[in-house]
Amino acid sequence: MTLSARALPARLDALQSVSGLLLALFMWAHMLLVSSILISEEAMYRVARMFEGYYLFGRAHPWLVSVVVALVLLLMMLHAALALRKFPHSAGQYGAFRVHQRRMRHGDTTLWWWQVATGFLLFFLAPMHLFGMFSQPDQIGPYASAARVYHTHWPLYLVLLFAVELHGAIGLYRLALKWVVLPGRPPQQLRHRLNLLKWGLSVFFITLGLCTLLAYFRLGEQISDRPGLRYPPAIEVNP
Amino acid sequence: MSEDGAGVPSAVAAGSQDQGGTGRTLYLEIFRYNPADPDSEPQFRTYPLEETPGMTLFIALNLIREEQEPGLQFDFVCRAGICGSCGMLINGRPGLACRTLTASMEPRIRLAPLPVFELIGDLSVNTGKWMRGMSERLQTWVPATVDADIDSIEAPMEPELAEQIYELERCIECGCCIAGCGTAIMHERFAGAVGLNKVARFRLDPRDTRSDGNYYELIGDDDGIFGCMSLMGCQDVCPKSLPLQTQLAYLRRKMLRAGLIATG
Repeated sequence: MTLSARALPARLDALQSVSGLLLALFMWAHMLLVSSILISEEAMYRVARMFEGYYLFGRAHPWLVSVVVALVLLLMMLHAALALRKFPHSAGQYGAFRVHQRRMRHGDTTLWWWQVATGFLLFFLAPMHLFGMFSQPDQIGPYASAARVYHTHWPLYLVLLFAVELHGAIGLYRLALKWVVLPGRPPQQLRHRLNLLKWGLSVFFITLGLCTLLAYFRLGEQISDRPGLRYPPAIEVNP
Repeated sequence: MSEDGAGVPSAVAAGSQDQGGTGRTLYLEIFRYNPADPDSEPQFRTYPLEETPGMTLFIALNLIREEQEPGLQFDFVCRAGICGSCGMLINGRPGLACRTLTASMEPRIRLAPLPVFELIGDLSVNTGKWMRGMSERLQTWVPATVDADIDSIEAPMEPELAEQIYELERCIECGCCIAGCGTAIMHERFAGAVGLNKVARFRLDPRDTRSDGNYYELIGDDDGIFGCMSLMGCQDVCPKSLPLQTQLAYLRRKMLRAGLIATG
């Protein structure tokens, strides 16, 4: 066996963890930024322009968003390819795990099943959203996003919200158990607290996401009679 | 213990021998199947039993074998959670029959053999065969690098280190961690907590001169430490409460390092 083939299992395991960590942190940051609509339309407008480099270059470049989206998609593909190693890949394995899961009624074992199920959903749903953002980065703004949510995308975003916030939080919890030697005696107490924290974060981000989605939906409803309407900003961008 | 049975209706008390009953009738649903008998069909059969104070599943199973089902197969040796023979699925979760008090459960108790291991019959499984295979694959022993001089005094060991080794040495190879592990259920070659804990134990031992690179050869793949998905079934069912999460996380970090160093 060559040296690099020998090191492969270690590398793949570490890469899966690192890519998952980055994606989970990205998703939380993403949720917080998207929820700026709850502050005001102007706040969301400025966040959107910020990612187009307006505050850096004095001019908005939507293609910057496309670059970030492409990088996120690549990271997601890497993570998916690595995570596939862990999926049950025969009827025998699938059946054995499901029987085991139902028999054990064990929290962390059941959570893994949810992680597999939500991960599988994300294979298909996340690229739908990502391609939209990649191809039309200039369509991110209070009114454009609201119109998208209201007219077509709300069912996609609703499912994505639950899938992402469950998958990410469970993943981070598992990451801690995988790599961190939990201090304290017994370490089980800390694990119990981590589990509570995990649920707390999922509930927080799902609630925030639902409020945000509702805000966009209602805004989209208000402006539904004016298709193509763009938000009139308080600041002038790309005059 | 006899005071516990005071006030119990006489009919129930008479059902148990020298001790008074607790007034509860247990219904043990026991998996029955003899793979050596072509006419045998896998099935659960229910055995009613009067509960007595301090009754463990081990006592209950012996009573059933004595009074109702002489052919019932199950394993035990020590009755005290030391030999690891009586591991079985108790209401779906792996545990030791001798360490499980019936008083801690609802009266209807379902017992099945541990999965993953070869079934001998009813509740009896061949953990030994599995453990031997794992031990040989993982080389869970101190390799002899020098000829031992049995006349000289052994090198002393720091008490703290001896204590650490002993903590991991407490594993009784009952198989509960394997039966409770989603990964082991899906992947038959996965070393499981019992195997990885053994490597962690020998890694601590100064008499074992193997390097992390050597251990990486044994457990640095998806059948070893990188196959573990941290489902924590092992940690939660281990009858000896071994620090398995701690050991697995520590070993994973050491093996990652060993794996990455291998390629420079």
